[in-house]
Amino acid sequence: MSAAIETVDVSVSLGGAEVVRDVSLAVERGEWLALIGPNGAGKTTTLRALAGLVPYEGSITIDGRPLATMTRRDAAKLLAVVPQAPQTPNDLTVTEYVLLGRTAHIGYFSSESRRDRRAADRAMTRLGVRQFAERSLGSLSGGELQRVVLARALAQEAPILLLDEPTSALDLGRQQLVLELVDELRRDHALTVVAAMHDLSLAGQYADRLVLLDRGAVVGEGSAEHVLTEERLGAFYGAAVHVLRENGNVYVLPRRRAR
Amino acid sequence: MVHARGIPSIWLAGALAFLVGAMLLGLATGPVSIGTWAIVQSALAHVPLLDVRSHLSSVDSAIVWQVRAPEVVLAALVGGMLAIAGSAYQGVFRNPLADPYLLGVAAGAGLGATLAIAYITSGSSLLLPVAAFAGAIVGVALAYSLGRSVGGVLGTGTLLLAGVTVAAFMTAVQTFVQQQHSDTLREVYSWILGGFGSATWHDVLLVLPYITISSIVILLHRRVLDVLSVGDEEASALGLHVRRTRLVIVVAATAGTAAAVAVSGLIGFVGIIVPHTVRLLVSHSYRAVVPLSLLVGGGFLVIADLLARTVMSPAELPIGVITAFFGAPFFAVVLRTMRS
Repeated sequence: MSAAIETVDVSVSLGGAEVVRDVSLAVERGEWLALIGPNGAGKTTTLRALAGLVPYEGSITIDGRPLATMTRRDAAKLLAVVPQAPQTPNDLTVTEYVLLGRTAHIGYFSSESRRDRRAADRAMTRLGVRQFAERSLGSLSGGELQRVVLARALAQEAPILLLDEPTSALDLGRQQLVLELVDELRRDHALTVVAAMHDLSLAGQYADRLVLLDRGAVVGEGSAEHVLTEERLGAFYGAAVHVLRENGNVYVLPRRRAR
Repeated sequence: MVHARGIPSIWLAGALAFLVGAMLLGLATGPVSIGTWAIVQSALAHVPLLDVRSHLSSVDSAIVWQVRAPEVVLAALVGGMLAIAGSAYQGVFRNPLADPYLLGVAAGAGLGATLAIAYITSGSSLLLPVAAFAGAIVGVALAYSLGRSVGGVLGTGTLLLAGVTVAAFMTAVQTFVQQQHSDTLREVYSWILGGFGSATWHDVLLVLPYITISSIVILLHRRVLDVLSVGDEEASALGLHVRRTRLVIVVAATAGTAAAVAVSGLIGFVGIIVPHTVRLLVSHSYRAVVPLSLLVGGGFLVIADLLARTVMSPAELPIGVITAFFGAPFFAVVLRTMRS
């Protein structure tokens, strides 16, 4: 069986600068892969390339099919994207917004069927936002909004979920809530998750495998145990950290340099 | 199970009633007073299988059906078209102030039509919409590419400034052509001021196919316009071919606007006033905004035309003056609420 995602030597140039260089990855079905790396390492651009949203060189296959030959509709049936800062028009209701996730399943000129509305209903119930169904997006808090955006992605019923820093706007407790939720969704719906993640300790705890990017290239890959070392984080993040290993978990703590 | 709001049926009924009421008022108002009920009876008498007899004299009947009706119907068609086109432009450019008038579409259509009047001898009325359409497409394409080249077509200000710039330039060219052809000056000038005073059934038939097709295409895209509201990249990730979709909608809205402008002249602000009123009263979802704008826009322009005919009676005020009189303050209000 083919991998969920396979990339060979993928490079992306934006505005004349090569921001992703020769990235080769294989993501297994049901796996959670975290993309980590300092600001500007190319995490977001890699995700956008995986979703077919930026022109790229090299090859990307999704479910064994070349992404380059897919229509937008076909790609959206396989890949659901949660951007870092999603556009959430204040005046749409939660239901209307979640139903947008069904776009790839609805005929161009048609409106949603019972099946689409049921899928939206399920996704909203699953993410605990069903009671907000008639509320406008503008009236929701940051945490509620994040769950609504995830509900839209789930309603898409795509087997692969691409998340760009899904917790960057949330407080500590809500970060954990959202990541637990993503992990549950992954298990219940056999989803493959590729997430750009900012917090290394959380990345190490939730992801099966980490890929460390620096200046667009893969510079480290493997388990948290293997990737998250003081030397590596010092070299690529320019950070002074203390890495704590406890019960098979890896915690990355910032440490002020001795003066 | 969850539902999208769509159009609440009470608002749909209300918008229809507004349109029909405005049209009846338009038919009943004029120097010769003819009762509304008599007009309704006369209209129903035209419906087969209904046993209703008209009580209008043949003169009154001619006034209602040959003089007033084409004017009222044309105003309704043009108003509906300008409003639905406004909502479509606002959706594809994600800009609440986009309007055929401010995007250079109307000025382009005006230039195209003036060139047709000036350089193609009479009997060109069939060519007028085509010339207006060509000018309108050039207008919107220039505005869009100018806005894009300075960055940020999807920002509120840039696209409109580009549109105003393009409109100013095209209006200048148009005035130049107009002055050069002083023989047609009067015809062009009265056309530019806008109005339906001399409308005939021939005008109605001329624009009907353009406006019908354009409106149907935009109506079919009402759900897609909601998808576009999350931005190009997310819409694309949701499975929409964004560039092609935008092109189809812009071409449809522009064709319809050009046809409307060709028979009515330059009438501004309808494309802003009507969709925004619908948003304020009903919903921001294009599923409601698009169809309701079509109906309310029709009724709105019939009433504006009525005011244009009666305010300074027996003289007729250009209808563009009426719409600008209400539209400009409205525009200011929208601008303010956007900034807050």
